[in-house]
Amino acid sequence: MKSLSTRAEYLFRSTNGLILVAMAVVSIITVTWGMLSGPMAEWGVRDVTIRLLGMKMVQAEREARIIMLYHTIAMAIIAIEVYIMTDILPMKRQNQVLINGTITFGYLMTVIFGMLFAYWGQNFMFHGLFLLGQSLIFFAGILLAIALWPWRAANRLPVDSPYAHTKKGLDLERTAFFVMAVATLASASFGAITGSYWGNGHETFLAEDLIRTPIRTALQGAIIGHLHIMLTLIAIAITLIVGRWMDFRGRLHKIAMVLMIVGTIVITVGALSVVWVDWAHTTIYVGSVFVMLAALLYVVHSWRKLVKDRVAELGLVRPTVGQRVKALLHDPLKFGPGWQMVFMNFTVSGVGIFMAVKLDEIIRVWPHRDERITLTGHWHILASLIATIILLYYADRVGLKGRARKWFGWSIIIMSNLAFGAVTVFSMKRLFVTEAGQQGVVNWTMLLTDIGLFTVLLVLGIFMFSRLIDLFRSKGQWSAQLAEEKRETTLQEIAEQRKRMDELSKALKETTP
Amino acid sequence: MKRVLTITLLLLALALVAAGCGPTPNIGAITPPYIDTGVDAEAWALVPAGEFPFGQHDHMTMVENDFEMMVTNVTNEQYARFLNEALAAGAIGIGEVEVEAGESVWTENGVFSFYPGEPFDGFRHEEEIKAGDKLLMPLQGEGLRLTFDGEQFAALDAYVNHPVTMVTWYGANAFCRFNDWRLPTEVEWEKAARGTELVGGRGRAFPWGPEIERNNANYYSSFDVFVKMFGKLGNTTPVGFYNGRSYDGYQTLDSASPYGLYDMAGNVFQWMGDDYPNQHYRHMRGGSFYSYEVDLRVWKYNSAGPQYYGPAVGFRCVRDVANDGATDS
Repeated sequence: MKSLSTRAEYLFRSTNGLILVAMAVVSIITVTWGMLSGPMAEWGVRDVTIRLLGMKMVQAEREARIIMLYHTIAMAIIAIEVYIMTDILPMKRQNQVLINGTITFGYLMTVIFGMLFAYWGQNFMFHGLFLLGQSLIFFAGILLAIALWPWRAANRLPVDSPYAHTKKGLDLERTAFFVMAVATLASASFGAITGSYWGNGHETFLAEDLIRTPIRTALQGAIIGHLHIMLTLIAIAITLIVGRWMDFRGRLHKIAMVLMIVGTIVITVGALSVVWVDWAHTTIYVGSVFVMLAALLYVVHSWRKLVKDRVAELGLVRPTVGQRVKALLHDPLKFGPGWQMVFMNFTVSGVGIFMAVKLDEIIRVWPHRDERITLTGHWHILASLIATIILLYYADRVGLKGRARKWFGWSIIIMSNLAFGAVTVFSMKRLFVTEAGQQGVVNWTMLLTDIGLFTVLLVLGIFMFSRLIDLFRSKGQWSAQLAEEKRETTLQEIAEQRKRMDELSKALKETTP
Repeated sequence: MKRVLTITLLLLALALVAAGCGPTPNIGAITPPYIDTGVDAEAWALVPAGEFPFGQHDHMTMVENDFEMMVTNVTNEQYARFLNEALAAGAIGIGEVEVEAGESVWTENGVFSFYPGEPFDGFRHEEEIKAGDKLLMPLQGEGLRLTFDGEQFAALDAYVNHPVTMVTWYGANAFCRFNDWRLPTEVEWEKAARGTELVGGRGRAFPWGPEIERNNANYYSSFDVFVKMFGKLGNTTPVGFYNGRSYDGYQTLDSASPYGLYDMAGNVFQWMGDDYPNQHYRHMRGGSFYSYEVDLRVWKYNSAGPQYYGPAVGFRCVRDVANDGATDS
């Protein structure tokens, strides 16, 4: 019984355990629902899965199902990012416990009841519980924003801190996290308010189906703005997280954090103003430039640091270019996030900018179907690249070492790049192949995509399985991680209690006649 | 690290070899066998006036008048016949014609006719459709199933009863107008495709019912006889192919719509006649052999500028019916 409770404590009270549970949830959803589309559908696995699981799939409800699926996965990813933030950013222990507890309960409710509602008959009690789960996540977001409040005296940085701050010691990185959290809450409100009109003037739709609709309703605009900005904010959050991981500091940090704060505000205002103004896209482009520049500065810092640290470790006084490159590529887990951000420019930002610039000249000369493929392709790639960065980060957190570290890291990087590179070629194929002659391109891009994705999922599966096996060991890594985190949080709580005791003693002295 | 890279490169090489080994012909490279489906491409079906569930969310919508719709898409044979008759009547021309799409302008060698242009609202992304000669169909291009010997058009033997493709919206419109018919509106098309039946408050998702089987229609990876020849993207099937018959061991399901129309899902997209305000796009319905099954649902649409043509786009016409039941020309 004790062994069960300690494992439960690891899984639901420690940061690494909570992330592991959320990753397991996303993995189960990915594997199960991955059976319903792509090659699995072609091979007939889809039909078998539906029969085996007793799913109720009504054709007219497909769009709604997909929206529920996106929301459940997104909530688990948001929970992971929140767990990391409450761990890496200084805050009171009780805040961390409260935020993590609320969001865990929230996302699990969202996932369980959302999927039950969407795929096993539309029982509206489940829909209500799905909404309740999301409300809890929103509430956790409010708690997070309060805990992050950067203007609190305790959260200020000393004047000589190497991390970005103002003259008065305002922690700019914490401010960037705070702005991101508030922007996320505002953007979630847009989705929630629009969702409340569901069945009362608002009908389910997929944004990619409306790209050529000249006049959209305010509710449609709100949803389009909401979905775009939410993914962007998830990307901003992970960029800030890996920045902390790589000990981003110095002048570049200061510039990057200012850019990130301004960029986050501008891009959020831009995305949400889609409801009211035609020039919203211009605002989004401006915000994107700020955010992307901040990400670039992170990449510059992280790669420079990787080279410097490794060169110092090897004791090389005057390293050659080759040695520097080797040093850069030494640790795929730490090299990966920066690389994935660079790669994003070829498969997401580059494609997006090309589409915007050549919209009337090329993209809209193609049928809507081809434009839709390009659009959804680059957007899905962004979401998946964020997921790979989380994987690389988590593997480092749980202390993946040696050959396993290299295999895991390089497999994720290379095979995801292969898959998403192939998807990009597939989605842009009409630039270089005729419609009638596209079969060959479709064949090899699809094959490479499937190989890439399959390998990434296989590696993820092996990793998750190794974590599961570890949980069965009485003195597994989980046990050490739990002990370490308990020790840290205990020390933190003792310090907090001491501080509180001092405050209370002082107050008592002041009030004692 | 080296081993990881080596194995990855080997895997990639294998994948590319595997992809290269498979048959990847373009759809003009193989001649399929002629298949008689037994469905009369000259037939029309009556679609009565009345309410029906329109769109994904089943909004009850009224079709005010009876109309008739072609039972199948216009075939290559029918289109070749039209071109010959129109050429003889001086209604179309052949030669270089300027094509305008977006900010691009180019010339193509093809069949053209005069189009009077359309009202222009000057809306964002809207392009003006000016009066002038418009391309109906190119004379060259992969996926073209008509030949022109300098005097006469003819359909390729194997494709005579396949839906005509590589036809622009102008080409589809010209065919219908030449015969005193017209292209269907989206509302008319959807009613013809799904009928009025409501089950559990929902209209049909597909012309034959709520679900789709592989042998219901010609779509991406539906494994029909043509997919075996051309790869997963496939090719057109003869009009009315999915009528419950068996073709050389390939058993189809009878997939007619409630009014007896064939190929209202899959095979080729069908141009619609609506000219919507604030945009120049023309909608297409029905999905095609390139489409995933979800895009064959009756409410889904594709769109393109009227100058667009492709190997997966065709059309069929409608004609109005007078109150006395006679067709209204």
